[in-house]
Amino acid sequence: MLKRFITSREALLVGAIAVLLVLISFRFPAFVTPGNLASVFNDTSPLILLAIGQMIVILTKCIDLSVAANLALTGMVVSMVNVAAPGLPIVVILMIAIGLGTVLGMFNGILVWKLRIPPIVVTLGTMTIFRGLVFLISGGKWVNSHEMSPAFKAYPRAELLGLPVLSWIAIIAVIVFSVVMTRTTLGRAFYAAGGNPHAATYAGINVGKTQFWAFTISGALAGLAGYLWVSRFAVAYVDIAGGFELDVVAACVIGGVSIMGGIGTVAGALLGALFLGIIKNALPVVDISPFWQLAISGGAIIIAVALNAQANRTKGRIILKQAEQAT
Amino acid sequence: MKRRTFTSLTAGLGLAASLFGTSALAQDNMRIALVVKALGIGFFEAAAEGAQEAAEELGGVEVIYTGPTDTTAEGQIEVINALIAQNVDAIAVSANDTDALVPALKRAMQRGITVISWDSGVADEGRQMHLNPSSNALIGNMIIKLAADQLPDGGDVAVLSATTTSTNQNIWIEEMNKVMGDYPGINVVSTVYGDDLADKSYREAQGLMQSYPDLDAIIAPTSVGIVAAAQAVADAGKIGEVNVTGLGLPSEMAGAIESGASKSFAIWNPIDLGYSATMIAHALASGAATAEPGAEISIGRVGTITLDDTNAAAMADPFVYDASNIEQFKSIF
Repeated sequence: MLKRFITSREALLVGAIAVLLVLISFRFPAFVTPGNLASVFNDTSPLILLAIGQMIVILTKCIDLSVAANLALTGMVVSMVNVAAPGLPIVVILMIAIGLGTVLGMFNGILVWKLRIPPIVVTLGTMTIFRGLVFLISGGKWVNSHEMSPAFKAYPRAELLGLPVLSWIAIIAVIVFSVVMTRTTLGRAFYAAGGNPHAATYAGINVGKTQFWAFTISGALAGLAGYLWVSRFAVAYVDIAGGFELDVVAACVIGGVSIMGGIGTVAGALLGALFLGIIKNALPVVDISPFWQLAISGGAIIIAVALNAQANRTKGRIILKQAEQAT
Repeated sequence: MKRRTFTSLTAGLGLAASLFGTSALAQDNMRIALVVKALGIGFFEAAAEGAQEAAEELGGVEVIYTGPTDTTAEGQIEVINALIAQNVDAIAVSANDTDALVPALKRAMQRGITVISWDSGVADEGRQMHLNPSSNALIGNMIIKLAADQLPDGGDVAVLSATTTSTNQNIWIEEMNKVMGDYPGINVVSTVYGDDLADKSYREAQGLMQSYPDLDAIIAPTSVGIVAAAQAVADAGKIGEVNVTGLGLPSEMAGAIESGASKSFAIWNPIDLGYSATMIAHALASGAATAEPGAEISIGRVGTITLDDTNAAAMADPFVYDASNIEQFKSIF
């Protein structure tokens, strides 16, 4: 068990993150204090949520490019709801956010499942549609900090056992989805549908329907992240989280999720997101020219993926143990 | 010969039309049309308020506040054609397109209508002069002054800009660096880039506070950056230690002023802009001033402008917003 962990992708990533932290601590020691690491985790929480959803979608040989636009639309809707009805309890806001996100995800899922449109095309389209809708409902206007109710803004910041609620939500999502992915029929169906769709069909798994559920989960998580995002940054406008879908896909790929489907774990997505989150948070403090920052983040992604590809290389499956020993 | 009769005929008709028009209205009211990008935008409503103020001050001036219902050049052309037909005395336009309005505005000038642009300009040949809200040098000076005013004993400030390539911000920061000598004791310790993304700007602001624990102010000459920096300062519990300032909109910054994360910030004042545009239009239309390079035109309480080689001028320093006036402006724009 231990040996299996040491040689796994996750262990490699943990090692890479440790090396990264050591390198950063040479340039800026205060970065690795527990307090700061907690705030880095908190900052990375939305990315973790989206990466878990994206991982499930990628497992089924699909991709969801609409997550950031979904986040922006849900975020705008809940902030406008909040402005219109400041007294609404946060539970209701959360339900609206998750509900709307789910519906948007289902829309993607239906198009992929029933109309059999390639997922990249579907989500590229819905990405633009969702962004357009944000513009349509807001008229291009911002929802600003002073228009949001204090409770709306306070929720993700509220501290519980030393950590903000935002962090706890990410932690809970990681635990819940670890269980779902390893211990439930649906979770295993995701792996089967992506790992070998034909075999999955013969095993009685409806691949299209499984993909539909993957998009639904991804949408729900994006909706939840939408509320958390606008309340954390206390502003909602058309372009929030612009380009964030690429970070989400990158986090998955770094985390060892195979773009070909069928391979990936929640822990991998979590570590991939943390790796990116650490880089994003460290770059401002390590005093590197901003002109280099983009190149450095890109380089880190490629190195991580290259390492992963090496570790992933299948060594050939041993079919006959005896034959192996005989040679 | 034929042509001449035709021109004299149109001239006669035009004269008749104008006589007709003026006789229908009060005899000596000068009519100045303030054409905006679109109706229903807070910024322009405020400009119209300023124009009204100028009209009352001047006396005998009627301001026609008009514009299309959406921000299109086509809509503005229709509006301008209608104004030409009404034979107004002056048109002051904030254009939706630099070039598309030129033919319509040229036609207006041929009819003897004074044409100026303000806020958002049109190409040189389409107007007699253009009024910029401010100039790069004034903005560069203002952003550092806002920070320095709160730091009488000097201190460390950092700049949070938009992208590394955004022209406006780079010019303003360059202009700011030129006048740093006027603010002894103020050190700019770093310039970082938030790419006009709320999350990246927030992170960069957090990074600044970590890298420079003694930081006294963050200057963000971008509306996304200033809001994100104010939120980062509030979340870090550094309100009172780190002052966020720069360029922002009152509606977006009201929360930050309220929380104290930002003591003051600046942006052009739309009321002054409408006021000045009306003043200039009146001066040119009444013949009190001519639009030529180097000409000085008085704009009432706002001061005097000097036209440059392209007949453009800068109105004034950006207007400073703080706790005393944010309530009044936050609902305007």
